[in-house]
Amino acid sequence: MSIQPPMPKCWRVETKPHKFCPGCGHGLVLKALGEAIDELGIQDRVVFGCDIGCSLLAWDFFNVDSIQTHHGRTTPVMTGVKRANPDLICVAYMGDGGGYAIGSQHLVNAAARNEKITVLLALNTVYAMTGGQMAPTTMPGQKAETSPYGRDPELTGYPTQGPEMVAAICREGAYVARGTTANLKQLKNYIKKALQNQMDGNGFSFVEALAACPTNWRTNAEKTWNFVEKEMPKYFKVGEKKVPGAEQREGQ
Amino acid sequence: MPDKLITEEKRVFMTGNEVVAWAAMAAGAEIMYGYPITPQNEIMHYWTRLAPKYNRRFLQTEDELSAGFTTLGGVMAGRKAFTATAGPGNTLMQEPLSMAEAMRLPTVTIIQQRGGPSTATVIYSQQEVTMTTFGGNGEGLRIVYSTANHQELFDYTIKAFNVAWKYRFPTFILGDGYQAKMRESLTIYDPEQRGIEFVPAEPFVGKPGTPGVDREPGHYRNTYNVEEELYDVLQEFFADYEKMVPEVVEYHSFDTEDADVVVLSHGVVSRGAKEAVEILRKEGKKVGYFRPITLRPLPEKELKELATKAKKLLVVESAQGQFGKLIKNAIYGGTAEFLTLYKPGVGITTEEIISRVEEIL
Ligand SMILES: Cc1ncc(C[n+]2csc(CCOP(=O)(O)OP(=O)(O)O)c2C)c(N)n1
Ligand code: SF4
Repeated sequence: MSIQPPMPKCWRVETKPHKFCPGCGHGLVLKALGEAIDELGIQDRVVFGCDIGCSLLAWDFFNVDSIQTHHGRTTPVMTGVKRANPDLICVAYMGDGGGYAIGSQHLVNAAARNEKITVLLALNTVYAMTGGQMAPTTMPGQKAETSPYGRDPELTGYPTQGPEMVAAICREGAYVARGTTANLKQLKNYIKKALQNQMDGNGFSFVEALAACPTNWRTNAEKTWNFVEKEMPKYFKVGEKKVPGAEQREGQ
Repeated sequence: MPDKLITEEKRVFMTGNEVVAWAAMAAGAEIMYGYPITPQNEIMHYWTRLAPKYNRRFLQTEDELSAGFTTLGGVMAGRKAFTATAGPGNTLMQEPLSMAEAMRLPTVTIIQQRGGPSTATVIYSQQEVTMTTFGGNGEGLRIVYSTANHQELFDYTIKAFNVAWKYRFPTFILGDGYQAKMRESLTIYDPEQRGIEFVPAEPFVGKPGTPGVDREPGHYRNTYNVEEELYDVLQEFFADYEKMVPEVVEYHSFDTEDADVVVLSHGVVSRGAKEAVEILRKEGKKVGYFRPITLRPLPEKELKELATKAKKLLVVESAQGQFGKLIKNAIYGGTAEFLTLYKPGVGITTEEIISRVEEIL
């Protein structure tokens, strides 16, 4: 008899095992989100929105109301829900392609308007669902289907620094952090703070999570983990980028 | 805070955009999401002036993609939400509105047509017919009312909210730059006093109870894993749509029984067409008038009938055959000769229609 690892309470048992590839980062990010929802006791109020990209596989993942939408448009859908019913806790979940390329204007403007929603973004440095093309976050030298000789920043620029960008746009009341699936406890903590920030009505909250895509990276377990733990943080620095109240403290 | 803007029947003199804002208020619309584009801007201007006084809301989004998608969010949260756009904004809005088709979301969208293609003119056209009826990827599972005057803008905007929430297909009011900007008199009223019952809005998400504990979670998607799954879902949608057609189809016609020529038009152009037919009839000419009010679904049965009875059909529109294409499709197999007066992006006068009819009679 095998012992099943404990699932978050708000996960939907009927749809497990989930449909992500083995070793995929999405499952871990959603686990951290699930535990955060459990610990905050908000399963009855959360609306989960997911994008196109591998995140769409989470459309029936939770026992929470969920809306799967178009590529890059999860942020405005959740904004629309939140504006129409501010009692709900709205989570927009997307990949780095959805958030930083096709849907970047929505992310930027939701942040600028300080929309009281939580955006959770899984960064795997590729467009995964469409087969591993270059993403805005593909690292210099990294090979992808549309950068077969390695990304050349001279031609295609440097990886988007999402949380740094969002933190620069946001005003007082926003919460912005970058976590990693290599440190799930910390990631869960960031997600909890991001949700709490929305519950407190403070403002926009945004968490990026470094996540693996072994399928498109074509890496084995060891190399996958090495990339997430060692390579990705070279460009994507883990930590909190903006915390409500911190600005005042700095000035004291 | 008063909850009603209109408490008694009144004659007023307003622009079409103001009419739409007032009608949306009267229909109980709760939130508008919008992005500026001429000629629909004043819908937002009036709405934002009225909204705070009547406990309604507004969000100006970053573009029409967002205006459309936030409208979907508002609807899913259980509010009567709406938006308005035109031209290139309508193009962008097709992406969210095809999701509304896919998820059967009761959105209401006001289109005030301007010239095209692309940015073209900010003034007037009837060139957004194809896009509004069949825009986006998909099958055009929508309801589109083409209004001809300010009274209709008022009546059908109110109706649009009810029809959308009753049948759960995205619903459109197809106006135009003339209707948007000109002033005209009309009667405004409180729909409830006229016995119009409101179809209540219902939330898709955030219903009472804990999902998975007290109730099933709402899991909404627009992506399917296999072809057959999508096929089955669409069959249900088509069946619902077909069932709805006889209940929502609307048209206006007269003098068609013995007509040699029937003039077909829609929207604002039918004002000129109507007058032309009336004048020609007085002169004893056998001319009839037919105007679909719903462009989607079309009154296909009646059109087919026309096309077998009349000798000639004259399609008149301020576009190069967008309406004509809908008609042709509907009358396939009919015997009447198909004739046209197309003037893309410009208005058409009564006199022009009269001389064209005389030419072909
Ligand atoms: C409008 C539109 N353009 C393109 C696509 C194709 N598409 C589907 S998923 C995807 C990439 C998703 O990448 P990302 O957002 O990084 O998520 P991931 O799959 O990596 O989790 C693309 C381009 C689409 N579905 N819609
Ligand atoms: S392709 Fe990559 S991101 Fe998508 S499920 Fe597989 S491992 Fe995860």
